[in-house]
Amino acid sequence: MFQVRIHGRGGQGVVSGAEMLAHAAFAEGRFAQAFPSFGSERMGAPVMSFCRIDDREIRLREPVMAPDALIIQDPTLLHQVDLFQGLTADGYVLINSSRSLDELGLGELVRRLRPERLRAVPATELAREHVGRPLPNAALLGGFAALTRQVQLDSVIAAIRARFPEKVAATNVAAASAAFAAVATAEERAYA
Amino acid sequence: MLKQMEGSQAVAAAIALARPQVICAYPITPQTHIVEALGRQVKAGELPGCEFINVESEFAALSVAIGASATGARAYTATSSQGLLFMAEAVFNAAGLELPIVMTIGNRAIGAPINIWNDHSDSMAMRDAGWIQLFAETNQEALDLHIQAFRIAEELSCPVMVCMDGFILTHAFERVDLPTQEDVDAFLPRFEPRQVLDPADPMTIGAMVGPEAYTEVRYLAHRRQLRALEVIPAVAAEFAERFGRHSGGLLRGYRAEDAETLVVALGSINGTVQEVVDEMRAAGVAIGAVSLCAFRPFPQAALRAALEPARRVVVLEKCLAAGAGGIVTDDVRRAMAGARVMVTTVIAGLGGRAITRASLRRVFDKACAGTLERLTFLDLDAAVVEQELEREKATRRTGPTAGAVLRRTGTPGSHIG
Repeated sequence: MFQVRIHGRGGQGVVSGAEMLAHAAFAEGRFAQAFPSFGSERMGAPVMSFCRIDDREIRLREPVMAPDALIIQDPTLLHQVDLFQGLTADGYVLINSSRSLDELGLGELVRRLRPERLRAVPATELAREHVGRPLPNAALLGGFAALTRQVQLDSVIAAIRARFPEKVAATNVAAASAAFAAVATAEERAYA
Repeated sequence: MLKQMEGSQAVAAAIALARPQVICAYPITPQTHIVEALGRQVKAGELPGCEFINVESEFAALSVAIGASATGARAYTATSSQGLLFMAEAVFNAAGLELPIVMTIGNRAIGAPINIWNDHSDSMAMRDAGWIQLFAETNQEALDLHIQAFRIAEELSCPVMVCMDGFILTHAFERVDLPTQEDVDAFLPRFEPRQVLDPADPMTIGAMVGPEAYTEVRYLAHRRQLRALEVIPAVAAEFAERFGRHSGGLLRGYRAEDAETLVVALGSINGTVQEVVDEMRAAGVAIGAVSLCAFRPFPQAALRAALEPARRVVVLEKCLAAGAGGIVTDDVRRAMAGARVMVTTVIAGLGGRAITRASLRRVFDKACAGTLERLTFLDLDAAVVEQELEREKATRRTGPTAGAVLRRTGTPGSHIG
């Protein structure tokens, strides 16, 4: 089972991000479960959502306590919430930021984890460019696909198309594809 | 057809497949997505012959359902928490009038203190109202139970609550198998009411009954519930035959046959319990679980048969009778009267407190060792409780408990687990 925790702020699409990720896994014939952290749905408040992906039916209902991957939609949460709680030693971290991990003050984290599994991707900028609104969640899923290889980009695209009307879907697909390309390139560099 | 969807959307789809004629509801978290989806479908003309009636309160919602059902319409509503309490008088009336209404409960805690998260306090407050109460373990089962619920309700002329854990199921996005309209039509025939308010053939329902007949009427209601103990599994068996999967019924055992310790629980927590059972089985511990789907009527004989081989029973419940203990436990103890089985209670998940594998493992280990206390509150923060008790001793004007505890534990929803 692969477990993902998404941190963001109310209004950024934290819940729909987890749902689209689950949909992407479902599109590949896998079992997936997405659910929100329940409750504080106020605009701007810290919110969480969870996604589990497995090859068999998922029965577990506890929150994701020990994530295999973290998606951080808003880097300003770094100093407000214990985002990395329970993160496994070989876990993945994808942060929405145009700044480097060192600039974000995460040098320590980089040393503790596997550096090739940590990425910052400018998802908000990509969303502004392609979608015209600062909604980073679709772009982050593209980046997630490149970073973790848990789902294919095509499945993420299918999930985005299932979620939004055609026109909005197309712009989000563009953002997700751009983020995928950005992270995939960076990943290749790390392995080179 | 396999679909990845939110639990609320799956339930709305099930209701649509059941061809309801009147839907009336008042939105309340976490039930809202269900009735929003149905409202949209009715407005879009996707439910021919169905009227969605907007009402001003939950009391009106169920009262309209009562009126609609009394004219022979298949009626549906849904609510949660304070909404269910607000309709309480109508809840008893619907059962007393023998009207086969189906109502979803998106289970949620009751205030005060206000809390929008999941536990079973709401439907438990109405457990003796005369409705059948069925608990869903997964979103697939929630979907399936709604289709079964109309069959059960209409066969017995008794209302049915389908209880599903608020947020944990209503807002979980997972795989469900959506049946076809043809299969549902074949399984759920047209509603043939026992009583119909019809101007062409006038009659009165809701007679005043005095002491000379009230006991008999109540006894017959009890008998009807006992008959449900046969109808519920029969409908589930027929459902399994047609749809190829097991949903509903009175209860289900999980690795229960040779278990020395059995965990009894209602609803979605059974999934996590089964994970812990597997973990402990792998370590050689003879533990199993029983998921109670039917809570009203209470399946005394079936539960006794399932639990009797075990030495210890842990009732894991998301509700509390303050001053008494576990609510489900009382029914379990009644079913086990005279049996050589030790029954303990674990109160868990109140107001949405996450129930983790680690915490369950701790109490189950204790239970298997025979050292679990009669009544345990899972993950109770004893330090916070002690501090508050000390504070109460020290001053007279302490103010509200809720605020004082909150100042020690942080803002709502601020913890991951």
